[in-house]
Amino acid sequence: MSDLQLSELPSIHGAMVEFDTPEDLIAACERAYSEGYRRMDAYAPMPVTGLAEAIGYKRNWVAFCVLIAGIVGACGGFALLEWMTVVAYPHNVGGRPLNSWPAYIPITFECMILLAGLTSLFSMLAMNGLPRPYHPVFNVPQFERASIDRFFLCIESSDPKFRIEETAEFLRDLGGTEVTIVPA
Amino acid sequence: MIPDPGPDRILSRGQTYDSVTNRIADVVYLPWKRTPRKWMAGAFIAFVFVNLLVLAMWVLFTRGIGVWGVNIPIGWGFAIINFVWWIGIGHAGTLISAILFLLKQDWRTSINRFSEAMTLFAVACAGMFPILHLGRPWLAYWLFPYPNSMWLWPQPRSPLEWDVFAVSTYGTISLVFWYCGLIPDFASMRDNAPKLWMRKAYGLAALGWRGSAIHWHRYQKAYLLLAGLSTPLVLSVHTVVSFDFAISVLPGWHTTIFPPYFVAGAIYSGFAMVLTLIIPLRSWYNLRDLITMRHIDAAAKVMLGTGLIVAYGYSMEAFFSWYSGDKYESFMYWNRVTGPYGFAYALLILFNIAIPQALWSRKVRHNVVLVWLIAIIVNMGMWLERFEIVVTSLHRDFLPSSWGMYIPTKWDWGTYAGTLGFFMFLIFLFVRMIPSISIFEVREVVHHERHAEPALEGTL
Repeated sequence: MSDLQLSELPSIHGAMVEFDTPEDLIAACERAYSEGYRRMDAYAPMPVTGLAEAIGYKRNWVAFCVLIAGIVGACGGFALLEWMTVVAYPHNVGGRPLNSWPAYIPITFECMILLAGLTSLFSMLAMNGLPRPYHPVFNVPQFERASIDRFFLCIESSDPKFRIEETAEFLRDLGGTEVTIVPA
Repeated sequence: MIPDPGPDRILSRGQTYDSVTNRIADVVYLPWKRTPRKWMAGAFIAFVFVNLLVLAMWVLFTRGIGVWGVNIPIGWGFAIINFVWWIGIGHAGTLISAILFLLKQDWRTSINRFSEAMTLFAVACAGMFPILHLGRPWLAYWLFPYPNSMWLWPQPRSPLEWDVFAVSTYGTISLVFWYCGLIPDFASMRDNAPKLWMRKAYGLAALGWRGSAIHWHRYQKAYLLLAGLSTPLVLSVHTVVSFDFAISVLPGWHTTIFPPYFVAGAIYSGFAMVLTLIIPLRSWYNLRDLITMRHIDAAAKVMLGTGLIVAYGYSMEAFFSWYSGDKYESFMYWNRVTGPYGFAYALLILFNIAIPQALWSRKVRHNVVLVWLIAIIVNMGMWLERFEIVVTSLHRDFLPSSWGMYIPTKWDWGTYAGTLGFFMFLIFLFVRMIPSISIFEVREVVHHERHAEPALEGTL
């Protein structure tokens, strides 16, 4: 293995190690982070509390996008109704004022929910880079179980500290079951 | 046969991440030839009724709404009754998936996927009725504001227009919420389905989900926000539905109690429908270790609680018809109880208030057959409630010369039975093709229980 170096392998996405439990994975991520690795990702078949934080993820922008979408939805919905009833089609119903805003609240509310709800799904997908038909981690045969009952940590080759041998050695020390090199 | 772990547990003991995945996904992977006979029979009967729906629509479209029993004064017959009934059924799904999620009730996990599907299909049935009732259903897009050559716009001061927005938003957000929950499960199925074509199909639906920690972080935030948005949405939808009645000036409709009482009734009928469906489902597919007595017991309690709110609504209607001193109000109520539709009111009280009181007994709640029968009775009772509300206020209003009677025709019944078949058919397809329990959320329960168990064992 040591003779086969970067020049001979086509290209490498990173090095991956497998664990049986989420606790082991979190501990491994914390060690990798304190070791100085930054460009890495952890994979789990379910949400694991504290996992994203363990690999140094800090700011989640989904809520911000949804807030903006909610404000735009509410303002847009209300503006549409005002424009429809006051500007585009002013229609006198029994002498009531054209700008009868209390009656517009339910639709304004629904427009806010609609836009905010759609944004929460689509902003999450967009920021996650999904839909994405190909990703190098799927090249690892055991990775099939990442969506079922196994937990993986992958240190990516783009990390400045990544040295194929040292990194693989480091991962082996973490106590996982198997270490694999992930082809890109 | 797999035993039920009893009323104290969400899952049976000894489940692992792998075992729950297989238990749930195997229902879908079952080869076509080994599909349970009961599924085949049920889906076939439902499909017959789908055809009845198509026939009823064909007759309606070719001959007009005169084939229904609606007339003047009762312009709103079955179409509105069924619309309100179906949309109410949908609300329990959102309650289970969103409100119980926010309240961190983790027993919801085994039934939330199924209830969300139920919501979606119930909203599809509900949405059909106002459109069929339009008279010219091919012009249904006129309900939405869009720039047109006539420069005409819908009337946003009308509760009927609010309904258009409320129901279409509700349908869209329910779909988004449901799909959002399905993405990680589709990824699991992409990775362990036995056939290549299944892997391809589920892989397409999974959008390339790979379970990255950062993705999960954003995912959980998006899911939480969707739950937070759906909660006021579900309350607003039935409130707006009740405004269809309450904003008018008819006796019996023009009351402020309608919004809360409609929302409670919606959740009541929705939980009844959840129980009606999951009790046979868990038995046919041997899912007793995942949908346990704990779930049935909790759902029965919610039914009992919301049923009491509905009972309070009925008593307030009676009280205010007397206390208001308004002779039209008191006549309406007297006519509702003793008039030509009085039999329906008596049945309504029996079905919705008297019989469900049996659920106070723990023995009754733990007898699945009795719970199932009570759930069906409540479904019928809630349908009668909508019948009473729609028909009795309309058929005898202020002027005796304009009184009339509403007698549903065979096409009214045919359309209604057809949507029941359509709903059931979609449920059958859903159970066959999509994991009907959220796999990744059950894995979280497995994870929590693993940590809770040693501590629990020490105390027992």
